Amino acid sequence: MSLLGLKEGKLLEQFLHQIINGISLGSIYALVALGYTMVYGIIKLINFAHCDVYMIGAYVGYFCMTFLGFGFVPSLLAAMAVCTVLGVTIEKIAYKPLRNATRIAVLITAIGVSLFLEYGTMFFVKAQVRSYPPLTGLLAKTLQLGNISVPMLQVLILAITIILMLLLQFVVNKTKIGKAMRAVSMDQDAAELMGINVDTTISFTFALGSALAGAAGILVGVCYNSINPLMGVLPGLKSFVAAVFGGIGIIPGAMIGGYIIGIVEVLISGYINSMYRDAFVFAILILILILKPAGLLGKNTREKV
Amino acid sequence: MKKLAETMRNTKSWTKLLLLVLTYVIIQLLILFGIIQDFQQITLTTICINIILAVSLNLITGFTGQFSLGHAGFMSIGAYTCALITMRMPTIPGFILGLVAGAVAAAVVGILVGLPTLRLRGDYLAIATLGMSEIIRIVFLNLNITNGAAGLSGIPQFVNWPWLFVFTAGTILLIVNFLKSSHGRACISIREDEIAAEAMGINTTKYKVTAFAIGAFCAGIAGALYASYFFFIKPTTFNFQKSVDVLVMVVLGGMGSVSGSVLAAILLALISTFLQSFSELRMVIYSLILIIIMIFRPQGLMGSKELSLSMLSKLGSKFSFRKGRV
Repeated sequence: MSLLGLKEGKLLEQFLHQIINGISLGSIYALVALGYTMVYGIIKLINFAHCDVYMIGAYVGYFCMTFLGFGFVPSLLAAMAVCTVLGVTIEKIAYKPLRNATRIAVLITAIGVSLFLEYGTMFFVKAQVRSYPPLTGLLAKTLQLGNISVPMLQVLILAITIILMLLLQFVVNKTKIGKAMRAVSMDQDAAELMGINVDTTISFTFALGSALAGAAGILVGVCYNSINPLMGVLPGLKSFVAAVFGGIGIIPGAMIGGYIIGIVEVLISGYINSMYRDAFVFAILILILILKPAGLLGKNTREKV
Repeated sequence: MKKLAETMRNTKSWTKLLLLVLTYVIIQLLILFGIIQDFQQITLTTICINIILAVSLNLITGFTGQFSLGHAGFMSIGAYTCALITMRMPTIPGFILGLVAGAVAAAVVGILVGLPTLRLRGDYLAIATLGMSEIIRIVFLNLNITNGAAGLSGIPQFVNWPWLFVFTAGTILLIVNFLKSSHGRACISIREDEIAAEAMGINTTKYKVTAFAIGAFCAGIAGALYASYFFFIKPTTFNFQKSVDVLVMVVLGGMGSVSGSVLAAILLALISTFLQSFSELRMVIYSLILIIIMIFRPQGLMGSKELSLSMLSKLGSKFSFRKGRV
């Protein structure tokens, strides 16, 4: 009897561990998904280059921590700053000239930018996998919660994600530029008539999204400890799945979607078959698209003729 | 008057046939005389396979207006089916069986995937087809019969220039003639305005799935030719990047222009061969070319126009064909 109880306790413990891992992974997806969802909400573009901004963030973090000897927080800020500049530059150079072109042309440009960042980075840093320096101090410790030990790192990831999300919510809902963002995503022409500078607003959206992706990049580097120039492709696709899952264009949707996709992925690789985890994520995507195309939080809009 | 028009049309189609045969004979002669050697033959094969892929995706995306990012998935089904069959039956009939089976399998998967997902529009469909092709890739990566990540090697080689020519020309003819038929017009009307097409009594689902199935069928053929020519396939050959490559050809050539797709397929294969010597910078240059073309010519090289004989003769008489542009 007691043995059975012990076994159950172990199973529960294992399950909680998986959930905690899922939350860390989900935080990363959520941070990247926010960039996808905001950009899609405002200019209806699947910004394929977004996942490479995340990769650049990881490399900036690596560079700061390994060669400049920065601590974690300064590296995080540096990665976010570099990615912000990068995101705005991409928007100004590649997407702005195509504001009035067909959406598919912009999409191909986004793919072009994505390839450029991937292979440009590969040219400079070579294709090999690099690892972050080992963590020291508080970050290397683990937190004991009853029977479960949680690495401080995972606590940190969750904390940083929550802080960034709260900041984002504040910016989008309480500030003037946030109001402009919401207005432009609702109706670009009407927003322009109301005196909103649409170009600035779109650039600002790219800046916000890219900063979050940069943060996600350095968090992934610290947590999973290996980075390479093509690291963004699959997480990028899965983050986009998360954004669609939550309802594309809806900020809380991307957060919820990110966490659900992260937890589902970890549970599937833990309990079913880790080789098929990506297939499950995409199957979930297809199911949600068929059953509720507007996503979890999206409203079905009637098509107007 | 009517008779005159008919004779003119006949002459036109005879000229086209003559051009086709000429292309075949010239390249065959070049191969015979050793001017096109093994290395150039690889480029030639890549061009033919790219043409099949691009023209068939153009039917789905350019003409029917259904944005698909999953062409590599269909191609991989054709490739794996053909490879598995020819490895057990290494004869010409075995290859033909494998090719047909691969194309049919791809078309069947296309219908199965298309029926539920073609209700989606625009970007949602793109993402669903992308997810579908990733699932196909992961399944091939994990099956025993496909030998997982290592892939299949030692596939019997049958493909040479006559095979390539027959299937490339066949695909182009199939799709051009489909587009000229009432079915093809129905597909184009869906691209122009789906609701209006439906109001005119067009069964939009049926035509969308038809276009999807034909596109998948041709992609299956392209995959089978690929497997048989390069005798080695692995799941990463058919990843997201491959689907993107095909889409790039379609958009670069011009959505809704078959000759544009053919041009773009040739151009991109040549660029990629030319860039081979810059191994490391190859993809960087490729992506820059892509961005620059899209910024300066977002409608693609041909727009929705077709390269035709009358256009060529106009070009001859007028010197510049830019004059006619608005």
